[in-house]
Amino acid sequence: MRSRWRSVAAGALGLSLAVSACGGGGQDGGESEVEVFSWWTGGGEEAGLNALIERFETENPDVEFVNAAVAGGSGTNAQAVLEGRLQSQDPPDSFQGHAGAELQDYIEAGYLQPLDGFFDEQGLHEAFPDQLVEQISYEGSVYSVPVNIHRSNVLWYNPSVLEEAGVEGPPETLDELIEAMEAVETETDAIPMAVGAQWTVDHLLESVLLGSLGTEAYNALWEPGADWDTPEMAEALATFEEVMAHTQEESAAEDWQEAARRVSDGEAAFNIMGDWAAGYFDELGAIPEEDYAWAASPGTEGTYMWLSDSFTLPEGAPHEEHALSWLEIVASKEGQDTFNPLKGSIPARADAEPAHYADNPYLESALAEWQSGPELAGSFWHGVTVGNRWKNDVDTAVGLYLQNGDLDELNEALHQAAQTE
Amino acid sequence: MSEATTRSGAAAAGGTGPRRPRTDRRGSRGARLVTRVRSWLPSLLLVSPSILLIGLFVYGMIGWNTRLALSDQHRPIDDGSFVGLDNFIALWGEARWPAAVNNAIVFTVVFVGGALLLGWLLGLLLDKGIRGEPVFRTLFLAPMAVSFIATGVVWRWLMNPAPAERATGLNALFVHFNLDFLVNTWWTAPDFGMAAMALPAIWQLSGYVMALFLAGFRGVPEELREAARVDGCSEWGVYRHVVMPQLRPVTLSAVIIIGHMSLKVFDLIIAIAGQQIVADVPAVYMWSTVFEVRDPAKGATIASYLLIAVAVFVIPYLVWTMRKERSEGR
Repeated sequence: MRSRWRSVAAGALGLSLAVSACGGGGQDGGESEVEVFSWWTGGGEEAGLNALIERFETENPDVEFVNAAVAGGSGTNAQAVLEGRLQSQDPPDSFQGHAGAELQDYIEAGYLQPLDGFFDEQGLHEAFPDQLVEQISYEGSVYSVPVNIHRSNVLWYNPSVLEEAGVEGPPETLDELIEAMEAVETETDAIPMAVGAQWTVDHLLESVLLGSLGTEAYNALWEPGADWDTPEMAEALATFEEVMAHTQEESAAEDWQEAARRVSDGEAAFNIMGDWAAGYFDELGAIPEEDYAWAASPGTEGTYMWLSDSFTLPEGAPHEEHALSWLEIVASKEGQDTFNPLKGSIPARADAEPAHYADNPYLESALAEWQSGPELAGSFWHGVTVGNRWKNDVDTAVGLYLQNGDLDELNEALHQAAQTE
Repeated sequence: MSEATTRSGAAAAGGTGPRRPRTDRRGSRGARLVTRVRSWLPSLLLVSPSILLIGLFVYGMIGWNTRLALSDQHRPIDDGSFVGLDNFIALWGEARWPAAVNNAIVFTVVFVGGALLLGWLLGLLLDKGIRGEPVFRTLFLAPMAVSFIATGVVWRWLMNPAPAERATGLNALFVHFNLDFLVNTWWTAPDFGMAAMALPAIWQLSGYVMALFLAGFRGVPEELREAARVDGCSEWGVYRHVVMPQLRPVTLSAVIIIGHMSLKVFDLIIAIAGQQIVADVPAVYMWSTVFEVRDPAKGATIASYLLIAVAVFVIPYLVWTMRKERSEGR
């Protein structure tokens, strides 16, 4: 009997040794590989990533590329996985993140290496707009390489609905927007301003704040301890409330796609959404300038409220050298011009080749504007100006406002959120 | 049987042969011990892996979670020190937490009440005898096979809050039958929207409650009903005075199962509303606190409250079943 137990124990030990040996063998074989982590697993994002990977493999034929993309939840699943890996000191060689304050937690935790040397070496300070580098810097250092730029402050509108309402051209100021929405309300059956679930209201709020306060005051809002308890802010929020009064009742049950689709279908006059909506309109088969058209959101002409996907170099990356070759491709003009037309965004570099974007009317106009050197403002909702905690506080304040409609309480909550940082 | 095992135990302990006569009583006590060890050791060995795993991954984790909830580790990288019940108190000072608790209560009351009532009614109807009963039984039970996520996707459309001129889903049905006054905003209503949110959950689980009640109804001996009828009881009276009192255990299990599911509801809310304050519940709040804000201590605090809330349902049940088993055992 005893000998039987012993043999069972021996067998179990042997099995576990065999299993661990297999694991060890797998790691040994990975000397010349590079593991890149992202949440790009579908659509244009995946196509863009694959094009970059192809480029990497051509230039580094000896290095095996491990695509560690995690699907689902527009990145939330991936971020949970990543958090676990970083905490257990098992970082990938490079990972995707939104440039700006969203990476702040990682920087403070010491998970990321500064890339100042890399920026100098690759001449990236010249390639990227100064204000962009400044806005992604943390305590004077950069920790990520932006691969693209998305614009958050875009007003999408339906030209024929505007025509029916007797509105000439897209509104350029918030006052004009409110007039236009009233005209749409009285003259047509369309919804003046389509919004979706709570987060799209956060998105709308940032564009209204930018349009009402101006670029400099908007950027100043996101300094820790900033004063939100001002008459200007009260006025901006009053405008926000007026805009919200012209949205559809069922918005909470819709996401951004449904709200955007209402514009291209002619069910709504306006929608303020990021420029990924252009890619969605393409998917729907809507015709630019006919079914939908675009302008800077009212009051923000000349300012690019941006967000950006970027790649990083984690502390303790197992294959740092190859990770740097990956970042080199991500940062290069050719790499960015390969990636962005597929993903439906414009390059972060100011020296991109416009010819690559000529097929797409939106991207063409966006690139022209980017290269003309606009003012830059960071999108709060997409993690450029604030870390996750502050962003979540604002989201909660907006959600409570949607429930109780108390504008003063919203103002107070936003002020508090800035103070607690 | 116990005699037989004692004998075999004594035989096994036969190694002490020569000393046996002198220490007869002790020896037999020792043999009895060996017997006892023999009878429970194999089963202990059999269950010990699960005891160990449950101890570590359930109770150990509960302990770890509690420790985290009592600390001030508000960022993954902080070390955190003991702060007592600070987090538990601070939560009530927020705007979001009491609202989430309120939503969970509205949801639970409507869900538990609705599922019990509907399940009982369906069980009663089937018990009264209906042609094709197995078909109906299967039909009513079928929704349980669907996941909350799938239910949510369908009901998200059914309960679309669009007003009459753009109505879809159930609202469109109301408009079609000229019942415009029934058109409503469903779960997006600020105060009692969570009552509407409970409808899909009721739909999904009332069949299960029906199955429980039906088994309960069938468990009441026909003789008892017959006796009541002979005594001049009406059919309603038979149910009221004979059948229902015997269904208390079934009702209690139903309340506990439905109640604890309701308190930890997450997937249904995410499928219908995503993360919005209007449909915020503690489980969703915990998820966003842990994975978006990355605040371990606060997330652990919410998790502790959830555990306490579930325990409020489960512990009385455990006590009750243990008492019952003991009293039946004697």
